[in-house]
Amino acid sequence: MTTPSTAPTKALLEIKGLTKEFGGLKAVNNFDMDIYPGELVGLIGPNGAGKTTVFNLITGIYVPTAGVIRFRDTKLIGFQPHEITQMGIARTFQNIRLFPNLTVLDNVRIAYHIHAGYGMFDAIVHNKNYDRHEKALTERAQEFLSVFNMHTRQGEIAKNLPYGEQRRLEIARALAASPQLLLLDEPAAGMNPKEVVELMDLIHFIRERFNLTILLIEHQMRVVMGICERITVMDFGEVIARGTPEAIQNDEKVIEAYLGRGAAALSQRLREKRSHVA
Amino acid sequence: MNTQRSTLIFWLVFLGFLILIQALIGTGLLSNFWATLLKIGAVMSIVSIGLNLIYGFNGQFSLGQWGFYAIGAYTAADITYRWTQLHNASGLVVVLLVVLLVSLAFFLVAKIVSRLRGLDALSAFTLYLIGLLIAAILAVMVGKGLIAPITNILNLLPAEWAIQIVFFLAVILGGCIAAEISYIFGLPVLTLGSDYFGIATLGFTIIVKVLLDNSDTLLGFTEMKGARGMVGIPKLTSWIWVAVFLIAVLVVTRNLLHSSHGRAMISVREDEIAAKAMGINVAQQKTITFVLGSFFAGLAGALYAHVNGFLHPNTFNFIKSFDPMIIVVFGGLGSVSGTVVAAFTWALVLEGLLRLVLPQGFETWRFVVYPLLLLIMMLLRPQGLFGAFEFPYLRQVLPRPFQPRELHQPPSPADEPLNNGA
Repeated sequence: MTTPSTAPTKALLEIKGLTKEFGGLKAVNNFDMDIYPGELVGLIGPNGAGKTTVFNLITGIYVPTAGVIRFRDTKLIGFQPHEITQMGIARTFQNIRLFPNLTVLDNVRIAYHIHAGYGMFDAIVHNKNYDRHEKALTERAQEFLSVFNMHTRQGEIAKNLPYGEQRRLEIARALAASPQLLLLDEPAAGMNPKEVVELMDLIHFIRERFNLTILLIEHQMRVVMGICERITVMDFGEVIARGTPEAIQNDEKVIEAYLGRGAAALSQRLREKRSHVA
Repeated sequence: MNTQRSTLIFWLVFLGFLILIQALIGTGLLSNFWATLLKIGAVMSIVSIGLNLIYGFNGQFSLGQWGFYAIGAYTAADITYRWTQLHNASGLVVVLLVVLLVSLAFFLVAKIVSRLRGLDALSAFTLYLIGLLIAAILAVMVGKGLIAPITNILNLLPAEWAIQIVFFLAVILGGCIAAEISYIFGLPVLTLGSDYFGIATLGFTIIVKVLLDNSDTLLGFTEMKGARGMVGIPKLTSWIWVAVFLIAVLVVTRNLLHSSHGRAMISVREDEIAAKAMGINVAQQKTITFVLGSFFAGLAGALYAHVNGFLHPNTFNFIKSFDPMIIVVFGGLGSVSGTVVAAFTWALVLEGLLRLVLPQGFETWRFVVYPLLLLIMMLLRPQGLFGAFEFPYLRQVLPRPFQPRELHQPPSPADEPLNNGA
């Protein structure tokens, strides 16, 4: 992987001066971020720092108060969420949002709706065009599920799946919308350590397999430090640090934001002590 | 194959049912009372399937179904009334032109609105309303010239045929008018959240009822006779007609639900935000479903108008608008089979049997029985009688399980979208 800051390629996603105010509260303030093709970037910060708001702004659920978001040189502001998905940005949600009463297969097939290839009339009369496209669509959804090793569960109702499988299905469904950029909102939330390891493997796998760029919000440091190449830290809606995982781990501002001023001072002292010893 | 067999069985059962009932009516074994109730059952099935699409499959709580039912009823009744009583095709011609020109106007306005990005719902609504009015006025003006020639053409046919053709067109047009009104009404209202949408649609039903109460004065249709009730509508709704319309509605609904469009519709009910994140145009899906559901309501209303040959605004009172709601909830939200069974049960048992069983003067007890039944239902089986169960043909069969091929890498969906063109 090339180091992003010196990468000659153009940014896939470019965010400049992004601001969102809810009444008097600045949930996101002057947020900048560039994501280059093929990167895996982490966005971390304490609770309420505005991470999910950034996701909602990128995907068009909120309209920003100020700022610019560019995806492959297209300005995203003013587009509807479904249009942004069709442009190639897919996401998962912090609290899983599957279609709970539908089967695993239908969850994935819904993501293919935008490529269905037949109209309402074809559907109503069930003509040749419908048959052909519906069959192709179903086969593709099944093949797709088999990539995630879920093809044997195609008929199961989504809400009956175990938690880890639901996460996996949600990621699979997001990928079925054939995105170039995948936004994962706390994918490891509520997972046990074994599931977390599986998730990290899954993220590595999909990234290689689908040639993806990934932006990840995560609380579990193990995940973030383990897989991200670059991390942006937010607090109170502003970026307080950015850099490689190693740099972030030692950043005073980050420690202060996460653990408080006292802890920052303590870590400073510890570091001084260590340097004395050395 | 299994699907083909269930399709065959479905059609055989339907044809058997159709012929059996028709034979019973023809030979006089089935009294007029029960024949009427069977027709009402089929009519209620059609309205309720429409409502189930809106509420059960799309998740929008609507009390407006009864208003569209009323619109369909009065529109169709006016067309056939003018044909049989006034001996001209004025109703048919004008309504046909209104439907055609208004859909053209909507199409043009939709093109303009899609150009103007970020137009708010109310401004778009105003544009549509202007389009609607211009189209309607144009239709009336152009229609006047066409009445005489079309009446003459229809008079060339044998009278028996002509009236059936007029009736068939009247029913379809009743549905179309209801659909067009639901489209323009849905534009601003569908942006509301589910509960507010319910209240707004309830308001719509009340408006329609009040307008019908004053149809002779406010609207100027003297033949509708306002609150005195419209009489003289030909009793054209035969068992065959309702059965054919019911089966058509069933097949359309079933085919739609088993397609990608149906799944998109259902995804809106399941989780609106997730549906948007999957690239589904939620607003569009809601509109399509609402229009289709209202179209069915209009069809049903048109059929109902010709069952008894008498229409009264009180039939379309908003209290009655809970009837299809009760049927849908009773049969099971999201079950087409359940809706049909519940509608026939409602007509035959609650409207028919209880009337006969209960002693004279106790018919009003029916209105105690309904709520009690609903209460018991909600306590014992909140998902409705059928839950999400469907009869074989209506049920969606899972495709055969996928066998991963050895040493074959499945193509990546990120690389090649299914269809680049459409």
